[in-house]
Amino acid sequence: MDLSAINPVVLVASLMVAATPILLAAVGELVVERAGVLNLGVEGMMITGAVCGFIVAVTTGSPLLGFVGAALGGALLSVLFGVLTQFLLSNQVATGLALTLFGLGLSALLGQGYVGVKSPTLSPVDLGPLSDLPVVGPILFAQDIIVYASLLLVAGVWAFLKFSRFGLILRAVGENHDAAHALGYHVIRVRMLAIMFGGACAGLGGGYLSLVRVPQWTEGMTAGAGWIALAIVVFASWRPWRLVLGAYLFGGVAVLQLNLQAAGIKVPVEILSMSPYLATILVLVIISVGRAPGSLGKPFHASG
Amino acid sequence: MKRRTLLATSAGAAMAAAMGVPLRAQDDPLTVGFVYVGPVGDGGWTYQHEQGRLAVEAEFGDRVTTIFQESVPEGADAERVMTQMALNGADLIFATSFGYMEGVNNVAARFPDVRFEHATGYRRDHPNVTTYNSRFYEGRAVIGHIAGKMTQTNKIGYIASYPIPEVIMGINSTYLHAKAVNPDVELVVIWVYTWFDPAKEADAAKAMIEQGVDVITQHTDSTAPLAAASEAGGVIGFGQASDMAAFKPAPRVASIIDDWSPYYVKRVQQMLDGSYEQTDSWGGMPEGEVVIGEITEAVPAEVKAEAEAMIAAITAGEYHPFTGPINKQDGSVFLAEGEVATDAQLLTMDFYVEGMTGDIPS
Repeated sequence: MDLSAINPVVLVASLMVAATPILLAAVGELVVERAGVLNLGVEGMMITGAVCGFIVAVTTGSPLLGFVGAALGGALLSVLFGVLTQFLLSNQVATGLALTLFGLGLSALLGQGYVGVKSPTLSPVDLGPLSDLPVVGPILFAQDIIVYASLLLVAGVWAFLKFSRFGLILRAVGENHDAAHALGYHVIRVRMLAIMFGGACAGLGGGYLSLVRVPQWTEGMTAGAGWIALAIVVFASWRPWRLVLGAYLFGGVAVLQLNLQAAGIKVPVEILSMSPYLATILVLVIISVGRAPGSLGKPFHASG
Repeated sequence: MKRRTLLATSAGAAMAAAMGVPLRAQDDPLTVGFVYVGPVGDGGWTYQHEQGRLAVEAEFGDRVTTIFQESVPEGADAERVMTQMALNGADLIFATSFGYMEGVNNVAARFPDVRFEHATGYRRDHPNVTTYNSRFYEGRAVIGHIAGKMTQTNKIGYIASYPIPEVIMGINSTYLHAKAVNPDVELVVIWVYTWFDPAKEADAAKAMIEQGVDVITQHTDSTAPLAAASEAGGVIGFGQASDMAAFKPAPRVASIIDDWSPYYVKRVQQMLDGSYEQTDSWGGMPEGEVVIGEITEAVPAEVKAEAEAMIAAITAGEYHPFTGPINKQDGSVFLAEGEVATDAQLLTMDFYVEGMTGDIPS
């Protein structure tokens, strides 16, 4: 065993990269669920974002435009979910599952000409002397822009839900849509916007996979990341900052266990392999005191 | 058709289907089903099986109909998919992942007239189950040789999927042949417990590279480790299962290609002319089932020549990658001087060879 081979600074830097796709998708889903909608199609929207982002980045040569494409792709797919569940009142669970299957198929179709193609990738932000600082430099000041954007997004969502009037309306819609409706708020409109935001975030998460973390397009490349994001939203009891904890913990332990294996540590590999799931569930269960939004997953019709 | 005969016919059809009698009349096309563990666009394992399916279609035209289902998880889902295929009139079903073993044998018991072929497995519980495999370890020997010669840090990475004989054999073959040309070499193994998860494979590759590995080999299906190697720079890797030519000339310096087409075409031909029998097939380089893809110019000429000599020797049957003396990790004798491993010894391999560090997960 040679633990000295593991450089903790590099480890922390790479865990942030590993956690970012999950964090992005989860923060979007958090807003959707706080608005009272359960969209199980995160995996489908992520992979659609991954392929759309990849195609745009390859075509335009710009990874940033690729992320715009990824967000648009995810949002477009989520509109489908929104129309079906909000206007046609289809079952949210079934529609969400169908969205995942549809997204997986659609992305495979769109990505057919892009297997094995190389994309332009995002280079780390250059913050000059800050990036050269020992320890904190590589961790805090040498990431790519999406890592920072994802943390800003979480802060933004937190502030939006806590302090803004629109955040209050969104939460009211999620807690009790009949009361919100009686007060004159447009339940469907709020939910559609939340769903689209969730789709865009999931798309961004997928784009981060295909443009930065892997980086390439392969069919089915999300391989369950969307489901992890969904689970983390629940275990974080619908609180933005706990989401960061959950995603970083999951990403961190996942990367750490691979590093420990490479260093030849004498711990059974089976235990190492399940450790990301165990650690995340344990920590989030211990701190969880929250409850689900009151109207989560319930259909709403103004006649009700 | 009168309603009564219609009812009688459909009842008969339903009964025939329930009893597993093929509904195929003599001049109907033969229906061949393929069950894939990953997407056909994975660029690796499943992609190569898909090429085999396309070769069958090209060879036999409208004499066969092929059906396939991709991304079928190992476990209960696989059983459902194969049952569905059998009910839909498939005459021959290729199940292309080790983890389908239980399911193949369960479904085969219920459909005695449908022929099942299970890739990389060893259980043939029923007369209608055939197993087939490729001697990937032959390719791994060549890759190991190149890796041992090319590494600067003397650390070779191996991204392993599951601790099954197939994978352990590959690790041992790689290590033996790397060590033969570079006694200081160390093989760093990471078990990822998946066949296909690009993000996880990429993370594993990055973890290795951070710890000084400069040659990456893999027993997983995606091209993500090559993408990670490409990004890191100064690291080489190999195409796995498929040529992965998009990563030439570096990091991909060579590849092990699984070519299933000869086998699939042969078996379908046998179904058509009636000579089909239950077998246990294990082809390798001599049969054209294991092919080493182009060795690029990143590899020095003399290393390339040595690799090609080894390919020629294995193809001609003059050299077996597991030829003694080989000791097990605990120092006990596995093969004595000049002794060659039997297929049974290989197929049950559950130990590392001498010099490897770490334990195999049980």
